[in-house]
Amino acid sequence: MAEVTMRVWRGDANGGDFESYSVTQNEGEVVLDVIHRIQATDAPDLACRWNCKAGKCGSCAAEINGKPQLMCMTRMDTLPEGPVTVTPMKTFPIIRDLVTDVSFNFAQAEKVPALLPPPMPEDGYRMYQEDVTRGQEFRKCIECFMCQDVCHVIRDHEGNKQHYAGPRFFIRYAELEMHPLDTNDRRDLIREEMGLGYCNITKCCTEVCPEHIKITDNAIIPLKERVVDAHYDPVAWLGRKIRRRTKRSADDAAVQPAP
Amino acid sequence: MSTTESSTKVVLGGTRGGPDVSTLRQDRWWIQPVVTVSILTAFIIYSTWAAFQNRYYYVGANVGRDLISPFYSPCIASDCVPGAKAGFAFNGWTLSPALLILIFPLGFRLTCYYYRRSYYRAFWWSPPACAVSDAHGSYSGETRFPLIMQNLHRYFFYAGLIFNALLTYDAVRAFRQPGLGYGVTVGTIVLVVNAVLLWAYSLSCHACRHLCGGGVKSFKAHPIRYRFWKMLTPLNAKHMNLAWASLIFVALTDVYVRLVASGALTDYKLF
Repeated sequence: MAEVTMRVWRGDANGGDFESYSVTQNEGEVVLDVIHRIQATDAPDLACRWNCKAGKCGSCAAEINGKPQLMCMTRMDTLPEGPVTVTPMKTFPIIRDLVTDVSFNFAQAEKVPALLPPPMPEDGYRMYQEDVTRGQEFRKCIECFMCQDVCHVIRDHEGNKQHYAGPRFFIRYAELEMHPLDTNDRRDLIREEMGLGYCNITKCCTEVCPEHIKITDNAIIPLKERVVDAHYDPVAWLGRKIRRRTKRSADDAAVQPAP
Repeated sequence: MSTTESSTKVVLGGTRGGPDVSTLRQDRWWIQPVVTVSILTAFIIYSTWAAFQNRYYYVGANVGRDLISPFYSPCIASDCVPGAKAGFAFNGWTLSPALLILIFPLGFRLTCYYYRRSYYRAFWWSPPACAVSDAHGSYSGETRFPLIMQNLHRYFFYAGLIFNALLTYDAVRAFRQPGLGYGVTVGTIVLVVNAVLLWAYSLSCHACRHLCGGGVKSFKAHPIRYRFWKMLTPLNAKHMNLAWASLIFVALTDVYVRLVASGALTDYKLF
């Protein structure tokens, strides 16, 4: 057992400040355990989201010593000596204390055009393991939104939220674009309305992902290369013309609402 | 393609939590930008100096060797030293041939996804590190000129492959010892390692991975491209290491050839 000083951000949309709490820290505890102890002893009105305590729900995302991390997966004994700072995710508007309004992400999720498979063949759809495996990585996302939080495009430039989907949704777009049964072509949409060009691939999203999804290497850069195929590569354009294999175009693709 | 109408509105400008400071990080996040700036600046200074030298880039028959610096290969200026001259030359070009040659490898590295990450962070501070504030008031990323030109990366990749082939030819030629036959010298090994590292760096490139198989919708429908993609994926994971290793080694190769050509160093024969 040891004593630790926790500097926790307390406040709401009207303002706030750090509040220091001196609490007991037991062996093997994570930051969320200590936050719960503060709630139990010093500040029963301290607001924080949590649910699974196993790194699978993404609810307890916050910034610990300035870095976006899951409170339930950050062991206290991995943090340096001295006071531990806990603040809400910076990119999203605060509701109260450590709780933020992440509805920006829900708005982006609604904009994603759904999978559009071709008409069902007589023997049904068939998908092979190598194609399943490729998209499976993106399915690991727990929607903690720490990648969105750390992305400087919206973290430091609020106005970009109007035309930038963010890394979490780029992996969704990548998953759909790599789906063998999908016939939608989202490349124009990704380039013009979802702001893929704003990403300057600094890889912070990959660094903070608790599921270790290679967001930049396996989703964002492949999407950028697909945009290059469609808009910046005359050789690819010529190849498509010669082989007459144009993808379903942006205009004639039926857009179905996300489920 | 337009999107479905979103019922959830994006709220802009709400009050954010936490103090209004650049970062709350307590670790030494600045080390990585400092190291990147130091290495890249050193390389830029050295390569610029070496490109303007226009001498000591070839070790020829007078000492029984056939070694050419990667900065000067192919030697396409009209006044290239005998032995180094490529099969063709720009007759009007009397400046250092390195000034023509280096455009392509440097363009490949400048538009490389890994180097972009590094110099955006280290030089442009956009951002200097994760969860550290961007140093600029506004930001348009790679959506406008000149940074939209980063999309030309694959053309520099194609050009880079040609240079890799030429440097491989140089490495093979380095086994030749005019007047003495064939053998292996320290210089031979230096040129071979340089060529291998450049190939590894080029083949681990994200554009290469996309062109070889990443761009397909279905791996099952393209089994050969899938095999290429599977081979390149582990190499792609090492792209950062290969980027640094090949950058440093190409400079060291020039240093070695320069020292031998100037007489400051002897190129020892190993066998």
